[in-house]
Amino acid sequence: MRSDELAQPELADVHVDVDSGDFSRGEVILKGALAAGAVYGAASVAPFVSRALAMSDGGDVGILNFALTLEYLESTFYKEAKRRAGASGELKSLIALVGRDEDEHVGALTETIKKLGGKPVAEPKFDFPYKNTGEFLKLAQTFEDTGVSAYNGAAPQIKSKEVLGAAGSIVQVEARHAAAIRLQNKEEPSPEAFDPSLPKAQVLKAVEPFIQ
Amino acid sequence: MGENPNFNQEGSMAVRKEANALSRIARDPVSRRKFIALGGGSAAAAFLVACGSDSSTATTTATTSGSTEHVIEEKFGKGDVGILNYALTLEYLETAFYADVVKSGLFKGSDLATIEKFGEEEAQHVEALTAAVKTAGAKPAPKPKTQFPLKNAKSVLELAGTVENLGAAAYLGQAANIKSPAVLAEALSIHSVEGRHAAALNTLLGQSITPDGAFAVPADAETVLKSVEPFIVG
Repeated sequence: MRSDELAQPELADVHVDVDSGDFSRGEVILKGALAAGAVYGAASVAPFVSRALAMSDGGDVGILNFALTLEYLESTFYKEAKRRAGASGELKSLIALVGRDEDEHVGALTETIKKLGGKPVAEPKFDFPYKNTGEFLKLAQTFEDTGVSAYNGAAPQIKSKEVLGAAGSIVQVEARHAAAIRLQNKEEPSPEAFDPSLPKAQVLKAVEPFIQ
Repeated sequence: MGENPNFNQEGSMAVRKEANALSRIARDPVSRRKFIALGGGSAAAAFLVACGSDSSTATTTATTSGSTEHVIEEKFGKGDVGILNYALTLEYLETAFYADVVKSGLFKGSDLATIEKFGEEEAQHVEALTAAVKTAGAKPAPKPKTQFPLKNAKSVLELAGTVENLGAAAYLGQAANIKSPAVLAEALSIHSVEGRHAAALNTLLGQSITPDGAFAVPADAETVLKSVEPFIVG
């Protein structure tokens, strides 16, 4: 599978109205998962549904666990990239810097979930289908842009001011990563004046193809 | 401002943040209840400490009090409207800055294109914030008269980097003070764009894209307004 086929199209073709108030959050995620199943085959859905529904509980802890899943993905992605992405020079340094930031995000989110009395989600196994530096960079751009939209989408639902401040401090760093990766791809660092936000169901669906 | 706990200038970043979080919680019965309800311990303080662990910026502090800073209330009004007008003033500044830079003729080619693009995005932020203030039934802050030192390409690029990094920190400093989820969502969608601008300019300048490390450091309104004062002439 090519990364650019995986990365974006499924974001476009899910239409789950999460703002309607007609569903519980769990139902919304379930609907997103079923849509994912339609695309990727029903067999891939069951573990996704249980993970996603587990994450939908617990208010701020649920949101932090959702964020932790994304940070696990990014952290593993850049760790692997050190041996797989074929990067040198400036890009190699960028991968090291971004990877270190993502590791710190994983650590801070894990600690905070524990301190709030929650249980951090287990780290999933990932599979990143890129074969060269160019494909790596495209995937990196998708992950960073999706990460920004995920935090921006979840943040207004955070109850604790402290957790909100921390999420804001992480999302700005994700946006900085996104801009730097985009420059590597010779793309606009800020394609729009307002970063879009994505509901959780769509984010989970977008990253599901990379979770084994 | 002396009584504002956010303006404590002593100690290391991490220690100061912890002290701020804890002293605020100690004083504010609502926060205290919430804090204890969250599971006791020092969860919030621990996260804030984690966030500040890589910081080398001594002039900024976390503003997580959930209420409008005094300086914003005095100059721009109460609550979300005050914060929106504060943000609008900063966006006016950025827009005017980029317009002056484009006119200066100091940049050509792809650098000029980047500056024009960023300027256009700041102008869209001005429009959106103006509309948001009006929607809230209030009067948008006036456009300030500005003047920027535009000596050469290098110093201008450095100033652009400073302005964008400060802008991103300014939004981050207010996120937790915003009451309306809709206003918060809008502020966040602008905040991350300012972060993108800052990182792109830092890249052009050969500086770290994340000068604060893995956790961006917020700036309080007093620090921000003091920093931009030299550019406001009326």
